[in-house]
Amino acid sequence: MTTPSSTSAGLTVDVANARPRFRPWRVVGGTIIAIILLQVVVFLVTNERLEWDVVAQYLFDPTVLSGLAMTIFLTIVGMVIGSVLGTVIAAGQLSDFAPVRWICQLYVGIFRGIPPLVQLIFWFNLAYLVPRITIGVPFGPELYSWSANDLISPLTAAIIGLSLHEGAYMSEIVRSGILAVDPGQRDAAKAMGFSGRQTFMRVVLPQSMRVIIPPTGSQFIALLKGTSLVSVIAMGDLLHSVQVIYNRTYQVVPLLLVAVVWYLFVVTLLTMGQRRIERYFGRGYDRAATTAPRTGSIRTMLTGAVPLPEPAGGRGVGRGRRTTKGDRR
Amino acid sequence: MSASNTESRTVLEALGVTKRFGETLALDGVDLSVSEGDVVAILGPSGSGKSTLVRCLHQLESIDGGAMYLDGELLGFEEHRGGIRPRSDRQIERQRRQMGMVFQQFNLFPHWSVLRNITEAPVKVHGVPMAEARARALELLDRVGLADKADAHPRQLSGGQQQRVAIARAVAPNPRVILFDEPTSALDPELVDEVLAVMKSLASTGITMVVVTHEMAFAREVADRCVFMAGGRVIEEGASAEFFTQPRTERLRSFLSRYSEGQREGEEVQA
Ligand SMILES: Nc1ncnc2c1ncn2[C@@H]1O[C@H](COP(=O)(O)OP(=O)(O)OP(=O)(O)O)[C@@H](O)[C@H]1O
Ligand SMILES: [Mg+2]
Repeated sequence: MTTPSSTSAGLTVDVANARPRFRPWRVVGGTIIAIILLQVVVFLVTNERLEWDVVAQYLFDPTVLSGLAMTIFLTIVGMVIGSVLGTVIAAGQLSDFAPVRWICQLYVGIFRGIPPLVQLIFWFNLAYLVPRITIGVPFGPELYSWSANDLISPLTAAIIGLSLHEGAYMSEIVRSGILAVDPGQRDAAKAMGFSGRQTFMRVVLPQSMRVIIPPTGSQFIALLKGTSLVSVIAMGDLLHSVQVIYNRTYQVVPLLLVAVVWYLFVVTLLTMGQRRIERYFGRGYDRAATTAPRTGSIRTMLTGAVPLPEPAGGRGVGRGRRTTKGDRR
Repeated sequence: MSASNTESRTVLEALGVTKRFGETLALDGVDLSVSEGDVVAILGPSGSGKSTLVRCLHQLESIDGGAMYLDGELLGFEEHRGGIRPRSDRQIERQRRQMGMVFQQFNLFPHWSVLRNITEAPVKVHGVPMAEARARALELLDRVGLADKADAHPRQLSGGQQQRVAIARAVAPNPRVILFDEPTSALDPELVDEVLAVMKSLASTGITMVVVTHEMAFAREVADRCVFMAGGRVIEEGASAEFFTQPRTERLRSFLSRYSEGQREGEEVQA
């Protein structure tokens, strides 16, 4: 197949035989990064005040583990309730019935605007404002009634506070995801006779997921760390549990490191999960994304040589679809 | 087909339909009558309201005046205590299910396979059993020449292939009428013919079609009747044979002459 051509010097050219190019600035940059990394490692290993033996001793301490479990539980519950709430509020913000739109915008304005710490304290002290919680006919007879003190424990206050706060953020994420879906998709769904609900659940929401997932991953991680706020209302989360220990033993630094290790571990797991979910919802969108060559190894960093991608099967139909051509409006 | 037109009944009808977008009067008293089995082509310069008309007929846009009927049933509104009022969403959805639509930009659902794009409406809104819907979808895919693409995703197809899938999707639930809004305008020239061929074979099955198009040859050859719109009004309509050979209005004559000069861009000039 290949018919090598010749240069003016009579040299036979075939780029397959090219030598990698030497890139001096990459060598300089790589060296600097290596030195910095080495220093950090040396600091972590040799600094005795970090007391790694104490870290190891408490890493799997039952108190710490139960704190970790509570942190994960609160994160998941907050995220699930927050996502459902956020989706409903996002749909409400895009409703064509103005009062629904207003109330949803008001919700977002309030719960995104008040610091979560203040919200937690507020919910925890709800009984002060509302001694009894009552379900009944508005301005009419009561059907059920509870004492707010019985209903609001640190746990319920934490769940309510975190979920409402999360719901406000999630609604903005979901709303931007919905707006990113081509309006033609909604037209097509309606044209097929889908109800508003079917259109939203089957066509709009699945496609908006691609846009929703990445910021939701960040949101999940922010919430994981945000649960540390519940220690102020005496909830036994991860941070609270190490605080309880170092208040007794005064080993503040190593115990905070215990918490750090666990936070980083869970965040890493979450990030890996996020990548998988992104790939799942990205299917049918970009065929190149999964087959793109990986760049950035040490070797390619220094030489700039990129492994050749596998030739794509068949001709690349549909990639260069011209969509603007018919848009004369 | 034309021979039976006189006896066949009206499927879709618009009477004095008006539609406003803010200050713009996009439709200004449009009358249209589509008989069973007919192919009606809607022609006209850009901005004349062709897309708006088909979108209104399919109730993707609400209308501001006039009335539209499908098989004699008032679209979008119902009689109520001696007057009329808007129908419920469910009623409107039921009416939409009796029509199909093919869009300029295809609008296939990219997150579903080709097969699911076609089976979803029959299964989920018409209650057809999955096996039956599947068999019909495969048969339709075969008819549009894409039997081997059932499991592909829309983005893996060329524009022409996507539009043929979109046509199969619109046909699948057996609608009373299919509306096409410039089905070939977003396609590269070499892909236009494959879509027109599918539409032509569809027309020969006797299904009622309303086709907004700039493809004069297609309109002349396949359409039974042609409608010329400009400025939100129907300027002229008639059987396609006379429509092209003996235009009655000056506007249609100059519109047609721009095409016969072979300038496809002629459509961009406001009549
Ligand atoms: N959603 C909208 N909002 C505001 N104005 C609109 C909207 N849709 C259409 N119009 C206006 O209505 C008029 C008719 O537009 P329409 O899209 O129906 O024209 P068309 O005949 O389909 O043109 P083309 O051949 O370019 O597709 C135009 O003046 C257009 O600007
Ligand atoms: Mg148009």
